[in-house]
Amino acid sequence: MADHDFEPEIIVFACHYCAYAAADLAGSMRLQYPTNIRMIKLPCTGKLEIIHLLKALEAGADGVYAAGCMEGECHYLKGNLWARKRVEYAKTLLVELGIEPERVEMYNMSSAMGARFAEVANEFTERIRQLGPSPLRGDGAALDVVPATVAATAEEGQPT
Amino acid sequence: MITAERKPLDELLAMLEGKDKVLVAGCDTCVAVCLTGGEKEAEILASELRIKAKADGRSVQIEHTSAIRQCEWEYLDMIAGKVAEFPVVLSMACGIGIQSMAEKFADTYVLPAVNTNMLGMPQEHAVWLERCGACGDCVLADTGGICPVVRCSKSLMNGPCGGSHAGLCEVTGPNKEEIPCAWALIYDKLMAQGRQEKLMEITPPKDWSKSSSGGPRKMVREEAKPV
Repeated sequence: MADHDFEPEIIVFACHYCAYAAADLAGSMRLQYPTNIRMIKLPCTGKLEIIHLLKALEAGADGVYAAGCMEGECHYLKGNLWARKRVEYAKTLLVELGIEPERVEMYNMSSAMGARFAEVANEFTERIRQLGPSPLRGDGAALDVVPATVAATAEEGQPT
Repeated sequence: MITAERKPLDELLAMLEGKDKVLVAGCDTCVAVCLTGGEKEAEILASELRIKAKADGRSVQIEHTSAIRQCEWEYLDMIAGKVAEFPVVLSMACGIGIQSMAEKFADTYVLPAVNTNMLGMPQEHAVWLERCGACGDCVLADTGGICPVVRCSKSLMNGPCGGSHAGLCEVTGPNKEEIPCAWALIYDKLMAQGRQEKLMEITPPKDWSKSSSGGPRKMVREEAKPV
């Protein structure tokens, strides 16, 4: 049963060229968005692998989403389209596992869309709040360790 | 190359019932190229199995590893240490790799995570088509380079049959996809090459003893054996 009072822990994989800059803009605009989200910057959402989504959930995140450039405007041409396909595939794996596929999602935004960034953060947080805590959360332990472990996986093999 | 598809999760879970220490072993050759059982897919499957166990409140140890090729003893030596830590190995290799694992690690319970399905050609990215049946007696010289053994639904040696219509076979694939009639393709190809007289030749019954009908096959190259 959904626990409407709980505070979801949400991992966001954000593209350096759009969503990450949009988050920055949201901050500069003094827009309020939930503190539930933990951002991991990627050079492009095309870097996002299915295992990154699964590891975030495995570590106890209640929801995970990727935020990439508007379709047709990827800095690397098609990275955001690949990310969308991977998110869709991850949803099928969750269905297979008996977990709500709505816990993962793909969003698109440009670096100028600070307000949209805040809106998406609100929208997704509310969605996860409605779904309730992840069945993988166990004892509901704090999730502070997650961004580091997931980020380490995401950054493996990246040029420094 | 050899292609395979991962078994449904329910089937894997039924195989693994009661087993709480499992190593998912990928193979980085054929099944990695067909995006089914390489290291990346082994890591995903291991994560899925851990997620399932956690959601069910079960405590398990599920890890993953990968061999460059599970079908060669030398590469299995490289993962032997890891395999020794686990009583159960879920292999994502083709049937050859799974059997090599089972033979090499006799005390380990080796289970298949995939169904090996064909010798396929990647026609485009992420699409594979069956192209060889390993029949042991290749006929491609007479058929314009188009294999009737696997591309004709009946494996006819003298086609087409009455089920060929407008270049398509009367049989459809598992997802109702249309299958080109192999003999229509052969006819068109030989006509285009001016070799249509080949079509008038009657091919005698094929010697299937050279295929798997003759029992398990064995190949030995004496000149290449170590001295």
